[in-house]
Amino acid sequence: MSALEVAIEGMGLWAPGWRDWTTARSGLLGEAEADAGVTRPSADLLPPAERRRAPMPVLLACDVASQACAHAGRALDSLPSVFVSTHGDLQITDYMCSTLAGAPRELSPIRFHNSVHNAPAGYWTIAAQCHQASTSISSWHCSLANALLEAAVQVLGEKSPVLLAAYDAQSTEILSAVSPSDCLFGVAMVIAAPRSGLPRLRLQPGMRAAAEPDAAPIPQSFQKLARENPMAAQAMPLLAALAAGVPSRMQLPSGAASGLQIEVLP
Amino acid sequence: MPAPIRPVSITAHTATSALGRGLRAHLEALRARHSGLRANDFTAVALECAIGRVDGLEQAALPDEHALFECRNNRLAWLGIQQDDFLAQVRAAIARHGADRVALLAATSTSSIGATEEAYARLDGGRIAHDLRRPPVHTPHSLGIFLEQALGTRGPCLTTATACSSSAKIFAKAERMIRLGVVDAAVLVGVDSLCGSVLFGFNALELVAPQACRPFDVRRCGISIGEAAGFALLERDASPSAPQLIGWGESSDAHHMSTPHPQGLGARLALQGALERAGLAADAVDYINLHGTATPKNDEVEAAVVADSFAARTRASSSKGWTGHTLGAAGILEAVICLIALQHGFVPGTLNCEQPDPLCGPQLALGNESADVRVALSNSFGFGGSNCTLAFARGARA
Repeated sequence: MSALEVAIEGMGLWAPGWRDWTTARSGLLGEAEADAGVTRPSADLLPPAERRRAPMPVLLACDVASQACAHAGRALDSLPSVFVSTHGDLQITDYMCSTLAGAPRELSPIRFHNSVHNAPAGYWTIAAQCHQASTSISSWHCSLANALLEAAVQVLGEKSPVLLAAYDAQSTEILSAVSPSDCLFGVAMVIAAPRSGLPRLRLQPGMRAAAEPDAAPIPQSFQKLARENPMAAQAMPLLAALAAGVPSRMQLPSGAASGLQIEVLP
Repeated sequence: MPAPIRPVSITAHTATSALGRGLRAHLEALRARHSGLRANDFTAVALECAIGRVDGLEQAALPDEHALFECRNNRLAWLGIQQDDFLAQVRAAIARHGADRVALLAATSTSSIGATEEAYARLDGGRIAHDLRRPPVHTPHSLGIFLEQALGTRGPCLTTATACSSSAKIFAKAERMIRLGVVDAAVLVGVDSLCGSVLFGFNALELVAPQACRPFDVRRCGISIGEAAGFALLERDASPSAPQLIGWGESSDAHHMSTPHPQGLGARLALQGALERAGLAADAVDYINLHGTATPKNDEVEAAVVADSFAARTRASSSKGWTGHTLGAAGILEAVICLIALQHGFVPGTLNCEQPDPLCGPQLALGNESADVRVALSNSFGFGGSNCTLAFARGARA
């Protein structure tokens, strides 16, 4: 098949020390330092009561998704969406499994309905009053590649821009043995049909190439983030390339032996 | 408004649920009005409810080469994929198209969380015991990782987890990928298995019926949870006699995490999308397999949507009284029931519904019926307000 070519209309990002894509891009270019005051995503879109109570993946996803829509100049209720996470909500998994092991009848109904993998998508569509289609997926450590492909297929197949939100929150003491994640990270993009003036991605799924193509290097200051958060690990090569603003190629793992070749045309 | 799509052939399909293993077991149980539901014998802590349990999983260990993925959900997947020669047909499709031209689209709501529950039930010094310290069973994508290894597909491989619409939405994904030429075929797999999370979770929400669920009955009081594995192989330009996916619609309620939109706005949008992509008016629909969970609210909203949208001759029913609500597997299990209806000219009624809610229109089938079913729809709605309607038709030369 020929490559799927799409454009990026807008970006959002949240990580400890980095409140948005603009500051993170400066950081990736070595022009800004992390801000120690940035410790929790704000998710201003959510009503205050929900902002206090909502699970962290919901806050992360809503925060970066709103940023990306604002950056793209798209109304929040206008975009179909693809939400993706490597591990889902490990804090809630830990709560559910601990409670079930001790007092299953005491399970909280709200935490149960928040345990679905599409909780961030649910809160997002409610807060954004968006009736468009929304999907929530995971491909473990191949999550970002498959989410980018799914978003591009929707953009080109349904002729509509699509919101992509990718995130992972922290693991817990017990679950770290099988699903490690030591910090928060979320990134969002509004992806659209290619047009002039916007950075473009050419996506080519296929068998994974033996040699890694020459991607932009990940700056030292972001390597810790990429080690500590599985979605950051998947996203950082692409983010570094987009920040650098020079054409580059990379490969993201998309399955046991497959890879998504990405050509970045800033 | 979406343009009509080119139909995609469904060249193989099967299902395993409380009704048994494979298509014949499903057809026979549906025809005989024999429910698969039984009193809960699954949870260690007593919980009064009916469940749709698949017999024999306790004895159905995975082959040694797949031991890394051992857990109830993957056992159910492996048992189910052997039925109706499905595994052999997938392998033939991979040989025909090339492994990198075949997508693996998995769907589940709880994946293998049963294994994580077990890990917490028998922690070893506060840590996950060694035999359960297997990362690929503690991820939402467990089913996808396992089957990608077992089948050898090399196309896109992802798990959709949008609660109870999960395995309906993979049909939409497959159609888009095939239409755009990303792949030539897609293996669709929806599996959910019984676990404490869903039984006690739905119980906490007061959505579980104490006895077998009664969809659309005025006395309905909640769901019966079941487990199932459903499979479909979708291919471009395949046999003209194969049944077809002819439309899909997806939408979001944007209303509440666990209660449907009161006017069924999302359900109506999903229906509209499916009919538009099928290029059909509502009066062309012969049969609808409803979401019909038997919660007071779902059935109230869905009954009104059906009564408003369809001609009196359209037949509609819920099969949850047979299988229970199989959550993330419900979309594909009920797609398979639609394919059975198309193939056998058979409309299953609504088991356990004796006093239909007056909101129901004349479409609701209580008893089984014979009918010339050419076009069938399936509704699937999930937590988070995630809705999907699928449209199927008999093959052009069937």
